[in-house]
Amino acid sequence: MKKDWPLWEVFIRSKHGLSHKHVGSIHATDAEMAITNARDVYTRRNEGASIWVVPSASIVSSAPGDKEILFDPSEDKIYRHPTFYEIPSDVENL
Amino acid sequence: MYSQNVDTGVDRKSDRASMSPEEAAFQDRVDQDITIEPRDWMPELYRKTLIRQISQHAHSEIVGMLPEGNWITRAPSLRRKLILLAKVQDEAGHGLYLYSAAETLGVDRQELLDALHSGKAKYSSIFNYPTLTWADIGAIGWLVDGAAIMNQIPLCRCSFGPYARAMVRVCKEESFHQRQGFEILLELCRGTEDQKRMAQDAMNRWWWPSLMMFGPADGDSVHTQQSMAWKIKRHTNDELRQRFVDQTVPQAQHLGLTVPDPDLRYNEETGHWDYGEIDWDEFWNVVKGNGPCNRERLRARRQAYEDGAWVREAAQAHAEKRAARRAAA
Ligand SMILES: [Fe+2]
Ligand SMILES: [Fe+2]
Repeated sequence: MKKDWPLWEVFIRSKHGLSHKHVGSIHATDAEMAITNARDVYTRRNEGASIWVVPSASIVSSAPGDKEILFDPSEDKIYRHPTFYEIPSDVENL
Repeated sequence: MYSQNVDTGVDRKSDRASMSPEEAAFQDRVDQDITIEPRDWMPELYRKTLIRQISQHAHSEIVGMLPEGNWITRAPSLRRKLILLAKVQDEAGHGLYLYSAAETLGVDRQELLDALHSGKAKYSSIFNYPTLTWADIGAIGWLVDGAAIMNQIPLCRCSFGPYARAMVRVCKEESFHQRQGFEILLELCRGTEDQKRMAQDAMNRWWWPSLMMFGPADGDSVHTQQSMAWKIKRHTNDELRQRFVDQTVPQAQHLGLTVPDPDLRYNEETGHWDYGEIDWDEFWNVVKGNGPCNRERLRARRQAYEDGAWVREAAQAHAEKRAARRAAA
């Protein structure tokens, strides 16, 4: 067997109610094996409460070259942040 | 280190004047500590050097399982056996995190394994020494994992994102490795005269090879400057080696073990421990494949891979059969 098994990206949700987070990848023949292998490789210390595996080939990502087009427009919208607003210091709970 | 003397393809740092606009922009990002991700533009030499460094590191984790695996069935208690199993399993995990990081650079896992099995790829010189007694398992955890941690902590801030992230995971797991090793030696040193002698013997055999793990002296390390400019190496070999000596000597004193170096002394002026000359002939000999266990390690790796062939084939056939059934249904 000279060809690698398909590559899967692994996402783990920890116990603390956070979203699934990308942790790395593994090789497996099918989804079931991918889950089992991901369990062994990425959750040896109780890190996980749930695992997602996704065939790496199915992931669509934005191109590095599109960074400006995609993300620059939000850069000058500072009024979306609470620190933009000046509130007198004697007003509480705001 | 786990990756020693990684070839950067150049023998000195490239200077700004000779860089293309892309290379200069890339170097600016590295200088500003902006992480480089797999799909970002990168110089071909950076990519190749990283593949070499990360895969060497991965191979070291995997081959590193062999000397310790040697003692799993003979661990002196069930507690020790469980700990050693967990430690060796961690090393397998480290290898897999690292192969996965290397693959983001566009290389296949199979290619990397082929390079290891054919003897083309390197792994750390340290794993070509034999584990003769149980005390060697203590010495490996304490000294070898200790040296590995020294090298891996700065790599958590290396310029290539997937490598840095893999190192963060690895470092979280390493400290148990070093502590369990120290504990093994502590127990032996507090034991009978024979046990203490065994601990000292392990110290005598592992001390110098551990110092060699950091790679050639700075003057002989032609690739260091470029690797540091790329931030895939954050300190020189000698810097890390000195830190390791400074950290380890007091621990040896605590154990009551003698460091096998007649030139070792504390330098009041510098605040560091001065140590004797490393036997570089031995180092290069081991790197070139002539250490005590080089052939045995490769043979064991190849055999494990070949013995697993039927499992891989069966798993593949099973997956194909199930996929065909699903398609028919
Ligand atoms: Fe490791
Ligand atoms: Fe380790």
